[in-house]
Amino acid sequence: MNKKALSGIVAVVLGFGVGIIFSMILGIKMDGGLTTYMPQDVLAPMLKSFTGYDITGAEAYNLRYVGEFIVASIPLILTGLSVGFAFKTGLFNIGAEGQLMMGSLAATLCGLYLDLPPIIHPLVCIIAAGIAGFLFGVIPGYLKARFNVHEVVTCIMLNYVGMYFANMIYRSLPGFSSEKTEPLKETALLKSDFLSSITNGSHLNWSILIVVVSLFAYWFIINKTTFGYQLKAIGNNKHAANYSGMKVNRGIIMSMGISGLFAGLAGAALVLGVFGYGRTLTGFEEYGYTGIAVALVGANSALGILFAGGLFSILAVAQPLLQVAGVPRDIAVIISALIIFFCAIPLLYDKYINKYLEKRQHKKAKKQNGGEV
Amino acid sequence: MDSIITIIASTFMYATPIIVAAIGGLFSERSGVTNIALEGIMLIGAFVAAVLCYFLGQMNINSAFFNDSMIPWISALAGGIAGLIFSILHAIASIKYKADQIISGTALNMLALGLTVFVSQVMFQSQRTPAFNNGFKGINIGFLNDIPILGNLLIQTYSPFIFSLVLVVVTWFIVKKTRFGLRLRACGEYPQAAASMGINVYKTRYIAVIISGLLGGIAGGFMMLTVDQEFSASVIHGFGFIAIATLIFGKWNAWGVLFAGLFFGFSNVIATTSGSIAIFKDIPNDFFFMLPYILTILALVITSGKSSGPKAVGEIYDEEKR
Repeated sequence: MNKKALSGIVAVVLGFGVGIIFSMILGIKMDGGLTTYMPQDVLAPMLKSFTGYDITGAEAYNLRYVGEFIVASIPLILTGLSVGFAFKTGLFNIGAEGQLMMGSLAATLCGLYLDLPPIIHPLVCIIAAGIAGFLFGVIPGYLKARFNVHEVVTCIMLNYVGMYFANMIYRSLPGFSSEKTEPLKETALLKSDFLSSITNGSHLNWSILIVVVSLFAYWFIINKTTFGYQLKAIGNNKHAANYSGMKVNRGIIMSMGISGLFAGLAGAALVLGVFGYGRTLTGFEEYGYTGIAVALVGANSALGILFAGGLFSILAVAQPLLQVAGVPRDIAVIISALIIFFCAIPLLYDKYINKYLEKRQHKKAKKQNGGEV
Repeated sequence: MDSIITIIASTFMYATPIIVAAIGGLFSERSGVTNIALEGIMLIGAFVAAVLCYFLGQMNINSAFFNDSMIPWISALAGGIAGLIFSILHAIASIKYKADQIISGTALNMLALGLTVFVSQVMFQSQRTPAFNNGFKGINIGFLNDIPILGNLLIQTYSPFIFSLVLVVVTWFIVKKTRFGLRLRACGEYPQAAASMGINVYKTRYIAVIISGLLGGIAGGFMMLTVDQEFSASVIHGFGFIAIATLIFGKWNAWGVLFAGLFFGFSNVIATTSGSIAIFKDIPNDFFFMLPYILTILALVITSGKSSGPKAVGEIYDEEKR
C-alpha cells in the first residue's frame, strides 16, 4: 500500500471518528435523562445503507439497498473522475457541479426532442451531455491558458451560471410545470427492469455502463497514452513541460475540457437513469463538491476514485436511514466535510504515516536478510 | 416614485451582507489567504443570529439597559463571534498546516451546512428554526424621516446598511493609511520580502482570516435578520460566493467593493422582482440571477493584463522560497 492511499484512509478514519464525537457532543439532549447519539446509532444505518443488512434486526435483509447504493455512487464516481483528471494536470476543477447541470440539460433536450431507435437514442443523449460538459469545462481552461485567470474563480462563477442557465432553458420549454419538464421519450431512458428486478425493485439502471467505460478511459488516458503523460508533466512542472516542447496551453484547455466531459456524463446518468425528466434547481446538489472529496480520498487514481465514490455514496444514501433511526441526517454531511478537511491537512498526520512505512520497510528488509540488517 | 424607493431600499438590504462579507474577504485575501469558506461562515453566523434572536425575543426582557431594538444587533454580533471561531479552523488549516486553501474552504462550507442543520434538528426537531419577530427595522431618526423622499427611503432601509458604509470607510483607512494595513498588503504581495523586513507573516495572516470570519459571521447575521424570518439551510444561497465575486469585481479595494456590492444587490432585486417591472418583463429572471457571475468572469478577463489582485493570494507560504 502506498503513501497516498494510506493518507486517504487516515483522513476517512479521522473524519468518521471526529464526526461521531461531534454527534455525541452536539446531540446531548435533556429529555428526562441525559441522552445523546451513540456511535452505533450512526454506524448501523450506514452499514444497512450499502449492504442491506440491518444489524438491529428491525428489517429483514433487503437487496434493494445495495441497488440504491450503486445508483447513488454513479454520479459521484463520475464527478470524482472529473475533478481527479484536472488535478492530474495541476488544475482545480471546482466547476463539476455546473458542468453536470449542463450535461443534464443537453441530455434532457436530446431525450425530449429527438426521435431515434432505442440504444442509439441514449447513446446520442450521453454524447450530447459529454460535449456540453466538455464545452463548459473548456471555458475556464481557455481563460486560464489565454488570460491567466484562475480556474477556481471562473469555475465557482460558472457553477451558478450553469444552474441559472439550465433553469432558464427548462422554464422556456413547452409543457414545463412544477419545476419539471415533460417526461423524456421512453427510447432515451437507461432504466432497466432486469437490473431493477435483481435488486428487489431498486433504481439500478444501465448508466453503470457509463461508469465502467469512464473508469477504463480515465485509467487508459492517464497511464497508457502520450497525451496523458504530457498532462501529468504539465501538472508537475509547467515550465519544464514547455521547454521539452509540450503544448502547455493546449494541455490545460483539453484537460479542463475532458474533466468537464466526465461531469457532463454524470448529468446524463442522472437524467436518463434516475429521473427521466429535466428539473430546475434552487441550489446545488453538491455532486461537484463531493467529487472533490472523492478525487482527494481516491488519490486521483481510477481504482481509488471507484472506492472513494462508493464511500461517499454510503454517506449519501445513509441519510434517510439515519433520519428514520432518529439521528439527524446531517451527521453524514458533517462526516463528509470532515473527511475533506482532513484530506486538506496531511501535515497533521504525514509524519506518523512516514514512520509507519519506514518501520514496515525495515521489517521487510530484515526478513529478506534472514533476520539480520 | 414609491416603487423606485422600494427598489433602492431593497438594493440596500441585499447589498449590506454582500458588502460586509466582501470586506471580510478583502482582509483575508489582502493578507494572501483565499477565503472561499465565506459562504459557510455566513451560514454559521446566520444560524447563531437566528437562534439567539428567537430566544431573546421569547424572554421578553425590558429594562433600562435592554430593549427589543437591541436584540438584532446583539444577535448579529453573536453571529460574528461564531463566524470568527469557525474561521479559526480555516486559519489553522491554511496557515499552520499549509493546506490547499480552496480544499479547506470547500470542506468548511460543507461542514457549516451539516453543523447548522444538525444542531437545529437537535434543538428544534426541525431543519428550520422557529420564526423570530425581532429582526432589523427601518431607520427611524425623528426629524430626518419628515423629509419627503429621503425620509421615506430611510424608513424602508435597514440600519445595518449604515454599518456597511462605515465599515467601508474604516477598511479603506486601515488598509491604505495604517501600519497594519501596509503589513497586511505586504504579506499578500510578497510574504518572503515582508518577513525579511521583520513582519510576522503568520501572525498577520491569522489576524486577517479571523477578521474575515468576524465580518462574514456578522454579514450572515445581517442577511438572516433582514431578508428572512427563520433559519433554513438555503438562507445564504450563494451570497458568500457573490461576496467573493464582489471583491474581485471591486478590485480588492474597499470603495470598489461598495459599488460592486450595490450593483450586485441591485441585480438581485431585479431578479426577484423583474416580473413586476415593465421594462424587464420579457427577460427571464434567471438571467438576472446569472448576471453577477457572468460580469465577474468578464471583469476578470478585462483586467487580466493588469495585476489588480494580491500577488501571493492562495499560495502556501514557504519561508525558504526566494
